[in-house]
Amino acid sequence: MDQNRLHRIRREALGIAHGVGLFLAMLVICLPGIWIVLSSLRPTVEIMAKPPVWIPQRLSPDAYIAMFSGVGKGGIPVLDYFRNSLIISVTSTLIAIAIGMASGYAFARYRFRAKSAMFLGLMLTRTVPGIALSLPLFFVYARLGIIDTHFGLILAYVALNVPFTIWLIDGFFRQVPKDLAEAAQIDGCTRWQAFWQVEFPLAGPGIASAGIFAFLTSWNEFALASQLTRSINSKTLPVGLLDYTAEFTIDWRGMCALAVVMIIPALTLTFIVQKHLVGGLTSGAVKG
Amino acid sequence: MKGWRPSAPFLLLLPAVMVLAAVVVVPLLLSLYSSFTPFRLTRPETFWVFIGARNYVNILTNRDFWIAFARTVVLLTVALNLEMLIGLGLALLVEKASRGQRILRTIMMFPMMFSPILVGFQFKFMFNDNIGLVNNALQALGLTGRAIPWLIDGDLAFIAILIAEIWSSTSVFAILILAGLLAMPREPIEAARVDGCTPWQTFRYVTWPFIMPFAFIAMTIRSLDVARAYDIVKIMTDGGPAGRTELVWTLVARTGYSDARMGLANAMAYFSILLSILFTVYFYRKLAAARTQIAAEW
Repeated sequence: MDQNRLHRIRREALGIAHGVGLFLAMLVICLPGIWIVLSSLRPTVEIMAKPPVWIPQRLSPDAYIAMFSGVGKGGIPVLDYFRNSLIISVTSTLIAIAIGMASGYAFARYRFRAKSAMFLGLMLTRTVPGIALSLPLFFVYARLGIIDTHFGLILAYVALNVPFTIWLIDGFFRQVPKDLAEAAQIDGCTRWQAFWQVEFPLAGPGIASAGIFAFLTSWNEFALASQLTRSINSKTLPVGLLDYTAEFTIDWRGMCALAVVMIIPALTLTFIVQKHLVGGLTSGAVKG
Repeated sequence: MKGWRPSAPFLLLLPAVMVLAAVVVVPLLLSLYSSFTPFRLTRPETFWVFIGARNYVNILTNRDFWIAFARTVVLLTVALNLEMLIGLGLALLVEKASRGQRILRTIMMFPMMFSPILVGFQFKFMFNDNIGLVNNALQALGLTGRAIPWLIDGDLAFIAILIAEIWSSTSVFAILILAGLLAMPREPIEAARVDGCTPWQTFRYVTWPFIMPFAFIAMTIRSLDVARAYDIVKIMTDGGPAGRTELVWTLVARTGYSDARMGLANAMAYFSILLSILFTVYFYRKLAAARTQIAAEW
């Protein structure tokens, strides 16, 4: 009887400890983001206040209005940066997906010599640190005259995204049973038709999530963009954020607002992608 | 093979190989060459002067470089290990949760979508000695009387960077390990429990071997992108104060762009590339080994 009760108390204590631990962990994950959002809505006086004001007294979207109302007011041309980021990320993602689909399909469906060495080789190109790659790229781009252009950055981002896209898409094609395409071919499809009508629709969601992942990489990239862009012609949001922080008078509220603008597209897309992403990364883990 | 007719995989792989050759391999060869020259951006003619391995000798005898290199290795080792441990803990916590697992998993992914530059910014904001959340909270709780100079003191700045780094990358581990836990068959655990294993033994000898490949996938993915610490450091301290948080990557950027000594910077960059490749190959091999082991046992 007594032992039973002891056991139950211990169980309950463990349950509570688990809940508290979980709550604290989630708090640590969420707090920085929440704090940024909150700060972007508070007047600067409140952010700077000593002793600190914990409960916001007055929330206003002033920082956002100032930011999007042009260069004069907000200080930095956020709209231009936003447009550059969008054009560069979307274009490079589409190209990377097309290339990645071809190669991913090759890795998933064909046997060829030095396959795993080839795969590792492709992955290794991804490991080159952005800043190390930026040195020769800067030089080459300067010679070709494509520094500070969308084209230059798109090209770099395609190369940046292709290896990981191949990895993901390879995983998704492996999940599609080989028999399906073979059956379609027996029924008279060409391999090309079988791919587009059977395998592609089945791997579709996975490919879409690989695309979103590539988009995020381009959207978030900084090391290359900081050297290969010069002006509002091609500067992206991360570079814009650094410009902002490097300014002499630090406008914390404005920067927080810019940070929120940067994170919202990423946030939305990741919610859409999350389920498939994990599946693609781990598909090779168990089946080999 | 009859004659030379390009095979299907060859054609399919061609575009990827071409892009990567054009944007990564050829520029890297170029930078390899220029690492043997005293090339300066401001004096283009120096590109053609060959000075042998003098840049490398310079680097190898440069104390600042070795300090930055050692600091980078320490940062990566500490960060990767802690990320792994915390990620494992987080995954176990979420796996045990009886309700709301979906939403917990979504929250867990949150830091992954943050651009490293954004992570750096938000921690720069939070660790600000004057208005930062951390100091404000510590002072409000009465834990410290004065403002702690987080980003101004060298050691504290390193810790702040480490925290930012861990915050941003732990979720990769947590999510992949959680995926492993969820994919794991129930029977072996139950069998172990029936056979009288303690929870620790069950974890160590049943659960852990199963989720190991997932942990290594996370490690591999993570090691592909170790250099993202550059973004974080760049915005948080830019290698300061007085070079106390200088990493290999910030040193490369400073030498190459601020000092315009491209040749020297390229030679340094090769060390950083080597570092990244070592990390990746190491974990990739572990991953391959873990995969074959799993394939044999399950």
